[in-house]
Amino acid sequence: MTPTLTQARSHTVTPRRRPKRARRRGTLIAWAFLSPALLLFLFFKFIPMFEGLRMSFFEVRPYLGDRWVGLDNYATIMTDDAFTAAIWHSVLLALGTTAGSLVLGLLFALLVEGPARYLWFIRTAAFLPVVTTMAAVAEVWRIMYHPADSGMVNSILGWIALEPQPFLASEHSSLLSIMGMNIWRGTPYDMMIFLAGLVGVDRTLYEAAAVDGATTWHRLRHITLPALRPVFWILFTLAAIRGLRVFVEVYVLTNGGPNGSSEVLMTLIYKLGFQKSELGIAAAGGIVLFVATLLLTVLVQVMRRRQNA
Amino acid sequence: MMRFDSALGLEARRGPLATVGKVLAYAFMVIVFTGPLVGLLVSAFNKTLDPTAFSLWPDDFTLENFVQAGKKNVYHYLFNSFVVVGFGLLLQMLVSVFAAYALARKKFRGMAFVMLIMLATMMLPEEIIAIPLSLVLADMPIIHADLIGTYAGMILPVGAWGFSILVMTEFMKEVPVELEEAARIDGAGELRIFFGIILPLCRPALGVIGVFGFTMIWDQYLLPLIVAPESSMWTLPIALRSLRSDEEVGIGVLLAATLLALLPSIIAFLAFQRQFMRGLTSGAIKG
Repeated sequence: MTPTLTQARSHTVTPRRRPKRARRRGTLIAWAFLSPALLLFLFFKFIPMFEGLRMSFFEVRPYLGDRWVGLDNYATIMTDDAFTAAIWHSVLLALGTTAGSLVLGLLFALLVEGPARYLWFIRTAAFLPVVTTMAAVAEVWRIMYHPADSGMVNSILGWIALEPQPFLASEHSSLLSIMGMNIWRGTPYDMMIFLAGLVGVDRTLYEAAAVDGATTWHRLRHITLPALRPVFWILFTLAAIRGLRVFVEVYVLTNGGPNGSSEVLMTLIYKLGFQKSELGIAAAGGIVLFVATLLLTVLVQVMRRRQNA
Repeated sequence: MMRFDSALGLEARRGPLATVGKVLAYAFMVIVFTGPLVGLLVSAFNKTLDPTAFSLWPDDFTLENFVQAGKKNVYHYLFNSFVVVGFGLLLQMLVSVFAAYALARKKFRGMAFVMLIMLATMMLPEEIIAIPLSLVLADMPIIHADLIGTYAGMILPVGAWGFSILVMTEFMKEVPVELEEAARIDGAGELRIFFGIILPLCRPALGVIGVFGFTMIWDQYLLPLIVAPESSMWTLPIALRSLRSDEEVGIGVLLAATLLALLPSIIAFLAFQRQFMRGLTSGAIKG
């Protein structure tokens, strides 16, 4: 079928004229098809982005006109105790969630790898947290974390003879409790991606290692884990970026409390922007978050290159 | 020689001890990851008055929570959510297939630039632009419309999504060029080729971007929070926070509403599981 078609074309079209005209027409059509996406991106991504950048250098005063303040907003962020605490909380939460989900995700992926039908069922069931609506699942966890002895998680702790915990109600455990829920939701995602990576590992290597008398641990350490390295980096980057920008879970579970102990960058920006109308400082906070995300991505890429070289 | 279907080779271990170990480990996984969801499903139909009564065991089956939910406007919020997700998804899928057609099937000047734009939007989380976006929505540049408090304000910003454009582009590249050329020789126009040939062949990919788009739009929180200051425009996820306690049925209304907010994404996932897994791995491995 193919040869006949190409032949037909070379017969019907004069070779000289077609390329240029066709290309120009193709370009026009391409831009027409792209225009809805580009327009929407322009209005709802790029204009807000540049507007945010502009606002970060101004004291934004609706109806009065904005006043240029240079880098004052950034200086405020870097010196304000609430902001530095929030940045610190964001980093802790991102690191804890990322590490927890990666380790548990890998562990569970290894446990449920295989073609058996019941494993497919377990994988599907375990994956459910990932597709759930964040706000709804956070309400469920808020109820489960109820600080009284009879709260659900505390009842379970009671079975294994542990003291009841205050969870979200205490300054010392609020951030950890949020982390717990995030790991619960992040682990199955990492597990699925690790599983996709495990499919690519050459089975004959396992067999050869078994013939050579290698233990399960050796096989994991020298065959499986090295093969998963690229997957690991991708997951690390994705999770860390997601971790830095958390908003919904904190907003629903604690709204930054008690006493600011779980305030993260995004909840603080939200409060400044929408409750205190400090729009300039809030915009600068957004830019800081953006730069942090960008730096993190670049850093991971560089580390990855170096390791592969 | 040993055969390996997995890295740990667990399937080869069949002793009684190994079986017990495996069953315990798998049961633990299923309970941990589905327990909270099953607990919600059960408790939403329980007569629960205080937050400690959240449980995995049904007692006193009742629909009272869902009746009370109606009095608290929960079904109105649910309706809003469906309006946003319905029109939002339709727009998003249309925009994606159009853009993907250009990126996958055309060679044109500026293509590298457009790809760069797509990737940049994926690098840029919406949280970061939330504050300026609220100002832009209140007074749209050029057209000077105020989208705050409108459905359009919640729908248009999710209309273009880099992820779904890129997934669709990858898929459209696979459609053999001969089919398109044959149609062109038969005199088919651009739209005819697009709707008649390319799109029908991309049906599996439409499933992928459909189910991902659905969960993405349904999960939107910050955007409706910014756009809908009045409770009449709230979507269900952002309404949950205000339903926390009710004098008559305690947390029952919250549980019923939470269940209603969770079910659509879970149903979408279970119905389109294969497409979901496919999009998940292609998105993460490539992106």
